[in-house]
Formats: sequence, C-alpha cells, structure tokens
Amino acid sequence: MNYSPQEIIETVKMVQAEHLDIRTVTMGISLLDCAGDDGAVLCRKVYDKIMARAGRLVPVCETIEKELGIPIVHKRIAVTPISLVAAGIPADGYVAVARALDRAAAAAGVNFIGGFSALVHKGFTCGDTHLINALPEALAETQKVCASVNLATSKAGINMDAVALMGRIIKRTAGLTALAGSIGCAKLVVFCNVPEDNPFMAGAFHGIGEPETVINVGVSGPGVVLHAVRESPEADFGELAEIIKKTAFKTTRMGELVGRMASERLGTRFGIVDLSLAPTPAVGDSIAAILEEMGIQTCGAPGTTAALALLNDAVKKGGTMASSYVGGLSGAFIPVSEDAGMIAAVEAGAMSLEKLEAMTCVCSVGIDMAAVPGDTPAETISALIADEMAIGMVNKKTTAVRIIPVVGKKAGERVEFGGLLGTAPVMAISRLDSSRFIRRGGQIPSPIGSLTN
Amino acid sequence: MSMEKEKDLRAVITVVGVDRVGIIARITGELAALNINILDISQTIMGDLFTMSMIVDMGSARKPFVEARDELVALGREMAMEIHVQREDVFRYMHRI
Repeated sequence: MNYSPQEIIETVKMVQAEHLDIRTVTMGISLLDCAGDDGAVLCRKVYDKIMARAGRLVPVCETIEKELGIPIVHKRIAVTPISLVAAGIPADGYVAVARALDRAAAAAGVNFIGGFSALVHKGFTCGDTHLINALPEALAETQKVCASVNLATSKAGINMDAVALMGRIIKRTAGLTALAGSIGCAKLVVFCNVPEDNPFMAGAFHGIGEPETVINVGVSGPGVVLHAVRESPEADFGELAEIIKKTAFKTTRMGELVGRMASERLGTRFGIVDLSLAPTPAVGDSIAAILEEMGIQTCGAPGTTAALALLNDAVKKGGTMASSYVGGLSGAFIPVSEDAGMIAAVEAGAMSLEKLEAMTCVCSVGIDMAAVPGDTPAETISALIADEMAIGMVNKKTTAVRIIPVVGKKAGERVEFGGLLGTAPVMAISRLDSSRFIRRGGQIPSPIGSLTN
Repeated sequence: MSMEKEKDLRAVITVVGVDRVGIIARITGELAALNINILDISQTIMGDLFTMSMIVDMGSARKPFVEARDELVALGREMAMEIHVQREDVFRYMHRI
C-alpha cells in the first residue's frame, strides 16, 4: 500500500475527531470596472459582476468537500474597497451599494462579503469620508456585509483623525444595532498595515494589486495542534516547536490542495493560503486550549505571550513549507467570542484587554471580537485603537481592533451573536479618560527605520 | 508544485466499525457493482474494532465521484459502520513531500 494504515487513520482522525477543516475559501473579485457616477447603475454592475464571477463558488466548494472528505466551513467573497469603486457617486448612495453587496452575497449563497472598506492611513478622499459616514447605517441594514478601515501603516504613521472618527462610528454602529447585541460592530474592523489578500472576515477585501479574481484560503486546525501537543506532555520547547511545525505542515497542505482545486475549477488564479490558526466555538478547537496544554493554567496567566509566540512561529514555519504562496494575516487568529477557551479565560478573570494587547505583539490580530460595556466613551475606544495601531506601526506588522460596545450591557454580562460570531463575555475596560489625547487630531508620524531598540 | 492530472481517479476508502461476518464481502460487492477497482487493501482488528483501508480506482466508475461516495457512505450507515471516501490527493498532499 502507498500509505501506511497509521497515516490513513491519522488523516481520518484529524477530520473526524480533531476538527480539521478549511475555515474559509474566499474569492476576491475586482469591482474597479463597475465605477461610475450613477449610484443605481453602479449597484446593478456590482451585483451582476459578483454573480458572474462567484455564482459557482459555493457548489464548487461543496463538491470539493465531498471529494476530499474535509469540510469547508465558510465560502466567502471579498471585493475591491468600495470607497474606490463608489468614489464617483454622491454620499447618499453608499448604503445602497452595501445593500447590493448583501443581495449578491445572499444570491451566491456565501455567509459574508468583505470590502465595504476604505484605506485612510494618510488621509481621507471624498469616497473614504462618504463610506465611513455610511458605515453605521450600512452595517445595520445588511446581514452579510463586512467593513474594514485601514487607519495606519508603518510607512505613513497613524491617521489620528481617522482613529477619533472610528471611535464615534463604532459607537453609532453599536447604537443602530442595539436590539441585536450591537452586532453591527462585529462586522467592522480597523487595521494597521492591512493585508490586501486576507481571506478572513471581517477584514477581507480585494486589494488593488490583486488580479481580476483570485481564490484565497484560510486553514483551521487548533484542534489538530491541541491533540499533537497533548500527546507530548514532557516535550521541551524545541521538541514542542517541532511537533507544531509538522502538524501545521499537514493542515496547511489541505489548504493548498483545496485552493488549487477550487481555483482550477472556477477558472481563476490561486492566491494564497493564510497560515492563521483560526478557532471555532466548538470545544477542543480553541487557541487558548493549546496555550493551556503547554502548561499555562488559564489563558492570560504569565507565560501566555511566550507560549503564543512559540505557537505562532512554529505554525508559520510549518505552513510556509506546505504552501507555494502564503499571505493574508498569517498568525494565530483569536476572536474572543469564537474561542471557547478564551471565553472561559475572560469569565474566570484571567484574560483582560490589556493582556490581549500584549499578545498582539506576537500574533496577527489584536483585539478581536471583544465586547465591552455599552457606556464606554468613543474616545476610550479610539485610544484603545490608537494603542493597537502603534504596536502594528512600530513592529511593522498587521494589528487590528474589532470591538463591540454592547448597548445596555455591563462588564461580566454576556452577549449572544448567534451562529458564526459566537458568544462574547463583556470585558472590563479602563474607566480612565483619554479624551484630551484623542481630541488633538492630526497624524502620528511614521517611526524611524534605524536605531531599532 | 502543480496538481498532476492522473489518468485514474484514485481514492482512499476507510471503514471502521464493530467486527462481524461479511463486512468485506458486502463492501467489495458494492464496489464491484459501481465498477470501482480495488488496487490495494489492508485490514486489521483492534480489540473488537474492524478497520479497513483500501486504495481504489474510480476512473471507470459507473457514477460520478460524489454520487458513488454518497452511496458508499449510505451503505456504511445501513451497516452501522463508518465509511469515508476521500480522493487520494488528501493523503499524498499530507504525507508525501
């Protein structure tokens, strides 16, 4: 036999018992050719183009799932930032574009569509301003549209006017979706150094350097890594890194295979595999559980950041060898509400926003799917965003904030977003005042490139 | 590395369940009916658990891959066994560099 029974059983077990799956196959589609100055025409073109390119995405992925025996949890679409596509239309036309995206997503059968986005790290165009102002209403009136705004880069610094504005936009979005746990904010993320080929929501969009269409893949697999770590309770860190690398190689190979098959069948380019380990709310499919298995009592305890650094690096090393092209976020991806171990750690009082911020220094996304009390001032949210942007800017890495000030909720309560987005414990946030800092406005200059201590 | 086009469409079938008389006969009978050729087969008993893996060629199968797969999975359910059918690429990609 070409494979040993052990190899065959290992693969079957990874899927059946350890939650190995492809987290997302995301099709990127350029909408630049839809631009124009008539809002209604633009909406029609956007809808038609998405359906023409992604109409077969879901059935193709479903066939691949059956042929390989590996679930593809999400099929998604990412489009050119709408602030570019809709730059020519009046401000009151942007919500209609969001609705057109929502209709296209529903018709294509995908659960999210990303790209209601703007890149404003060095300033606002008219299109950027219109889009950002339309965010609260667009996110309240659509189900599947995801939005992102890039506020900072290592080359340009931090646009603090945008940081201040986004604090207010997040609060307004929370208010307009108050009846649904302020869920609008769960579909809105702000970035520093945003990647243009990220397949994960809410931050996916189709960057302007990308081809006409592209397939990007995100792999899951915390459960598989957890199992491998659990099998070696006495391993030292060198051995542990080796075990995680080998496991990440195997899971990433599945992403590579699925990406190649999907792009070939859809007649499109294969872009990248994102090496992030993405958790799901299922028990045993948790990043926090891996860190705890390494010997941390509860995620958030001293040692958590070091454990995450080892995990993240080993996943990248194993994954890089497994795929010809890697990209996207590529780093442990820990949305609090979607990771059972993180939820437990928050509820046990072990995990705080401050610790999440520290963990950002060694993993890809900063504060993700963190619910905070609804009465948190906009300036405090902006200041928290500024901190995360500074970490990304100085360390030349991607950082992000997806924070949900849940209207009517206090620290210690819970908010249920349902299905894909999970359950979030409302986390305590500092009550100290940073409003004078945020009111200054302007641009934090980009950091010096030498003198690197 | 490119995905090679293979003349034959190879798949790995795994069967797990409680051992009893006639498991292989029933499954190979179904494969013959579907015109699926068995290239290799390996079977062990661990405790009272029967596990079997087969490499098969589905290139000349009477039905498209997904339909044949659905039938085999349904047969497994009928026999109270777990049957998985996966393209061989999964194992090649995961276990061979």
